[in-house]
Amino acid sequence: MKSGSAYKYGTNVDTDAIIPARYLNVSDPAELARHCMEDIDENFARVVKPGDIIVADTNFGCGSSREHAPLCIKAAGVTCVIAKTFARIFFRNAINIGLPLMECPEAVEGISAGDVIEVDIARGKIKNITTGMTFTAKPYPDFMGGIIASGGLIEYTRQKLAAG
Amino acid sequence: MTLAEMILAAHSGKTRVTPGEFIEVNVDMVLSNDITGPIAIREFKKIGVNRVFNPKKVVMVPDHFTPNKDIASAEQAKQVREFCKEQGCHYFEVGRVGIEHVLLHEEGLVLPGEVIIGADSHTCTYGALGAFGTGMGSTDIASAMATGHIWMKVPSTIRFNYYGNPRRWVGGKDFILHAIGDIGVDGALYAAMEFGGEAIDWLSLEGRLTMANMAIEAGGKAGLFYADEKTVSYIKERTNRPFTVYNPNPDAQYEKVIDYDVSDIEPQVAFPHLPSNTRPVSQAGHIKIDQAVIGSCTNGRIEDLRVAAQVLKGRQVASSLRCIIIPGSQSVYMQALKEGLIETFIAAGCAVSAPTCGPCLGGHMGILASGEKAIATTNRNFVGRMGSPKSEVYLSSPAVAAASAISGNIINPDDLA
Ligand code: SF4
Repeated sequence: MKSGSAYKYGTNVDTDAIIPARYLNVSDPAELARHCMEDIDENFARVVKPGDIIVADTNFGCGSSREHAPLCIKAAGVTCVIAKTFARIFFRNAINIGLPLMECPEAVEGISAGDVIEVDIARGKIKNITTGMTFTAKPYPDFMGGIIASGGLIEYTRQKLAAG
Repeated sequence: MTLAEMILAAHSGKTRVTPGEFIEVNVDMVLSNDITGPIAIREFKKIGVNRVFNPKKVVMVPDHFTPNKDIASAEQAKQVREFCKEQGCHYFEVGRVGIEHVLLHEEGLVLPGEVIIGADSHTCTYGALGAFGTGMGSTDIASAMATGHIWMKVPSTIRFNYYGNPRRWVGGKDFILHAIGDIGVDGALYAAMEFGGEAIDWLSLEGRLTMANMAIEAGGKAGLFYADEKTVSYIKERTNRPFTVYNPNPDAQYEKVIDYDVSDIEPQVAFPHLPSNTRPVSQAGHIKIDQAVIGSCTNGRIEDLRVAAQVLKGRQVASSLRCIIIPGSQSVYMQALKEGLIETFIAAGCAVSAPTCGPCLGGHMGILASGEKAIATTNRNFVGRMGSPKSEVYLSSPAVAAASAISGNIINPDDLA
C-alpha cells in the first residue's frame, strides 16, 4: 500500500508534454526526470515527491513512442498514473518498464489536485484518503500478468529464452 | 477478415484472428532510431543474448538529431552505429540516411503483407504499402530484436471510404487531417484504420504514405491500404524479395465504416495544440507566421517538394519569415535537384537542409522562439513541439505551407496575388 499526493491533468496529455524532445539527447532516467511534465507544469519536477500520483483524463500519453516518457515519470518517484484511458504505445511502454497504470474513470472524477491517495496496485484498489472515497481500477488483461509478474518485458523475455 | 487481421493471422500461424485476441506475431523488420535505439540497445544487452535474431530484419536509422546537433546526440548516434556494426544489421550513415519513414520503403526494406514494428510512433506509415506497421517502445524493440516476435492485441478495424473528386490543392494530408478533425485524437484508439474508396485509388503512393503516417494522430495502431498496381510496381523497382498482397475479405467485420465525399474537403489547417483542431483554410482567419517548414516523414517526399515548388516558382518568400525545406531522404534531394526544384526554392529565398527530422520534433534546424508561429507540413502541433512551449505550430499540406510562406499569413494557394 502506497500513498502520496495527486497531480491532476486534463485530456490528451502527450509525450512531448511529459518529456519534451529537446531533452531526448540523453536516456538516463534520473536526468530525464528533471524535466518531467515541464511544458505543461513547470513546477512538477521540482515539487513531486516519491509516492505521488499522476491523475489525468482520457488518452494519457498520446503522441510519440518515446519510452523516455514512462521512464521519467517512474524516475520522478511517481507510484502510478491513474487515467480514464491511456494511449496505446504509452500503455505498452509503461507495462514493459514496470510503471503501474490504473484505468479508472470514476477515480479520475473523484480525485482533486492535492488529494492524498492510497493505491494497492496488485488489487487495483484506489482510496482517496482526503475524501474517504474508494475505487477499483479495470484489471489488466490476463495476458499481461506474466510480464507484470516478471517485473517487466526484459526480465520476462530473459526468463523465456533461458527456459528455451 | 480486414486487412490488418489477414496480415496478423498470417504472421501468428493462425487461419483467423479476432479483435481483442492476444497473439505472438513474427516480425519482418524491427526499426529504431538515434533516440529510441540507445535505450533498445541497453535493454537488449540485459536479455542475455549476444546476437539479434536476424540482422537482415533489424534496422537502425539515425535521423532525429543528425547531422549530430550536439555532443550528447553524437554519443547516442555513436552507440547506434557501433551496435549495428557489431551486429551486422541495416544502418544508414549521414550522407546516405534519410528520415526513417521516407527511407525504408525507398530501400525496399518493407514490403506489402509484412509486419514492421518500430520504436517510433510513425511506423504506421508502412500501412500505405499494404503492410502492418506499428509503433512501440524501445523495450518492445529490444525484446523483438532478441526473439523475432512480439505480443500484440488484435485491433478492431475502422474503415474509411473516400469518394468523389478532390478540389484543387487537396491531397492526402487534407484527407487525413479532415478525418482526424472528425473523429478526434483518440477516435481510433487501439484500432486499425483501413482506407479505401475511389479517391484513394486515384491518390498517389506518396499521398497514401502521408495518410498512413498520421493514423497515430487519431490514436490508431496502424493505417492500412490495399497494395494496388501502383504500389506493386513501386516495390518491384526496388527489390526482388517476394511478398504477398492481401485484400480485405468482402465479409470483413468493421467496428465502424465512415464515408467522406472528398469534393467537400477544402485544404485543411490543424490549429494549435492538437492535430484534431482542424479548420478549412478559408476559415483560418488572419494568422501571421514566422516560419514555414516543408519536410518530415509526413510530407518530405518528392511529390510534396514538387507541389511546394509549383507554388513557390517565380515568387519570393515574405521578408517577415523563414522558410525551411527539408527533403526526406538523399534520393528525394537528388531527384529535386535534377528537376530544378532546389533551384526554385533557393531563388525564392528558402533554406534547404540535409535530410533530418530536425525541427519536426523541436530537435534542431529551425527551433521557434516564444511567441512565434510556424506553419509546418509535419504531423504534430503539441505544446512545445517545435521549440518554445510558448510557440505555436499549424499543420497543413505543402501547398498551403508554401503559399503561406509567400504571403506571410496562412492562405490557400488559390488566393495568392
Ligand atoms: S519527421 Fe518528425 S514525426 Fe517523422 S520520424 Fe522524424 S520526428 Fe518523428
